[in-house]
Amino acid sequence: MIPAAFDYTRATTVDEALTALASSDDAKILGGGQSLLPVLRQRLNAPELIVDCSAIDEIKGIDAGGDKVTIGAGATHHAVMNDPAVKASVELLAQATETVADPQIRHRGTLGGSLAHADPRADQPPVALALDAEFTIAGPSGKRTVPASEFFIGPFETAVGEDELLVSVAFPKYDGWGSHYEKFNRTAQAWSIVGIAAAVRMDGGKIAEARIGLTNVGGTPVRATAVEQALVGASSMAEIAAAAERASDGIEPFADEDADVEFRKHLARVLTKRAVAKAAGIE
Amino acid sequence: MQHISVNVDGTQYEGDVEPRTLLVHWLRNEVGKVGTVVGCDTSNCGACTILMNGRSVKSCSVLAVQADGASVTTIQGISTGDDWHPVQTAFKECHGLQCGYCTPGMVMSAIDLLGENPNPSEAEIREGLEGNLCRCTGYHNIVRSVEKAAELMGGAK
Ligand SMILES: Cc1cc2nc3c(=O)[nH]c(=O)nc-3n(C[C@H](O)[C@H](O)[C@H](O)COP(=O)(O)OP(=O)(O)OC[C@H]3O[C@@H](n4cnc5c(N)ncnc54)[C@H](O)[C@@H]3O)c2cc1C
Ligand code: FES
Ligand code: FES
Repeated sequence: MIPAAFDYTRATTVDEALTALASSDDAKILGGGQSLLPVLRQRLNAPELIVDCSAIDEIKGIDAGGDKVTIGAGATHHAVMNDPAVKASVELLAQATETVADPQIRHRGTLGGSLAHADPRADQPPVALALDAEFTIAGPSGKRTVPASEFFIGPFETAVGEDELLVSVAFPKYDGWGSHYEKFNRTAQAWSIVGIAAAVRMDGGKIAEARIGLTNVGGTPVRATAVEQALVGASSMAEIAAAAERASDGIEPFADEDADVEFRKHLARVLTKRAVAKAAGIE
Repeated sequence: MQHISVNVDGTQYEGDVEPRTLLVHWLRNEVGKVGTVVGCDTSNCGACTILMNGRSVKSCSVLAVQADGASVTTIQGISTGDDWHPVQTAFKECHGLQCGYCTPGMVMSAIDLLGENPNPSEAEIREGLEGNLCRCTGYHNIVRSVEKAAELMGGAK
């Protein structure tokens, strides 16, 4: 199908994008377009104005100076997963990004677009949550920062306002941590039925610190704090399995054509065990 | 209407487009590149795959206005005169197609894959083509075709 008619403007700076957003009550940002264009083609949405932000160079860079890796919202999935600094210091993000969609979509789709879209099934939001990323959002009154714990509000809803643009996401460096993204799906290109993002810091063969994020077990990504605490000191598969039992504590998954509620809880526990074991290098 | 200028298969094309025009429709209807086909409404199938500034993209998931200033290669731009692209030759030799509908997209994705990884393993080929669906499900021969193409292009060891 062909999208409904809209006006179009291509912004080349953040300021141009903000001015364009302010000019209409019904404007929509176009990032990589890999979620928005299918939505427009199926006429699930018909905005009046499309503000194309895919040509704003100032939001595409990846900067690893200092104790953070700061990734422009417009950096493509392909750029993120191949970036040496991301691979070295935020490996979990590279691993999760490799599982997103397919090469063509990763050539256009962006990290910022995926986070701002906040699809409950998406693979990068649980990573941002587990690793305490910080979001920088630009709006009419300047820039503000929001911690990941306050960014995801509900399905397809985030802290980014209608007249605002997500400009970058900063990840603390996790040099030396082990990590693994465990995605359960039916076919190669498909979305996660459940996905687990796990990072661990090892000390003398034991887990000293753990960070776990879950996707598609509710309307927003979930941080498995009970598992994180229970993992401290674990050094065997049995101890990891015992801690992973808590992955379904407090989650409220939904049923859909892929899985019912009990199966999703089961997946949360089993996949957490696998993800942590692989991240920790324990068999 | 917006004015665009796009290099398609080595020739510069200009035109006025409605912003909602998908790149694939502009390529097919205005430029005549009907080798690039549409297979879905959901950005899943990959039949519409082209190279944009050298990398594979789904041309149904890019607006024509976004291609302004870009360089695009379609399935109709990969052979030189009567000489087929090695990936085309390999698909013919290994019978990497049945009805042929997915083939233009498969070939373009394979070219992108071999550009990044000239000697892919079978698993890497399967993953590299995950964005292309074959409704005839002839995947085995498609994988063989890409292995053959790697050999023809001198990448395979
Ligand atoms: C077939 C298919 C399979 C997929 N599989 C997966 C998968 O397995 N896992 C996964 O995680 N994702 C998957 N995706 C989604 C993909 O990751 C998209 O790239 C991503 O969701 C959206 O990024 P984008 O840059 O393309 O954003 P767009 O499509 O351009 O935008 C998406 C939304 O975010 C808003 N937006 C974009 N950029 C900004 C910004 N800078 N500031 C504020 N708002 C912004 C837009 O207004 C829009 O509402 C899949 C998509 C398709 C089509
Ligand atoms: S037509 Fe199916 S992905 Fe483009
Ligand atoms: S050959 Fe028929 S769809 Fe692939």
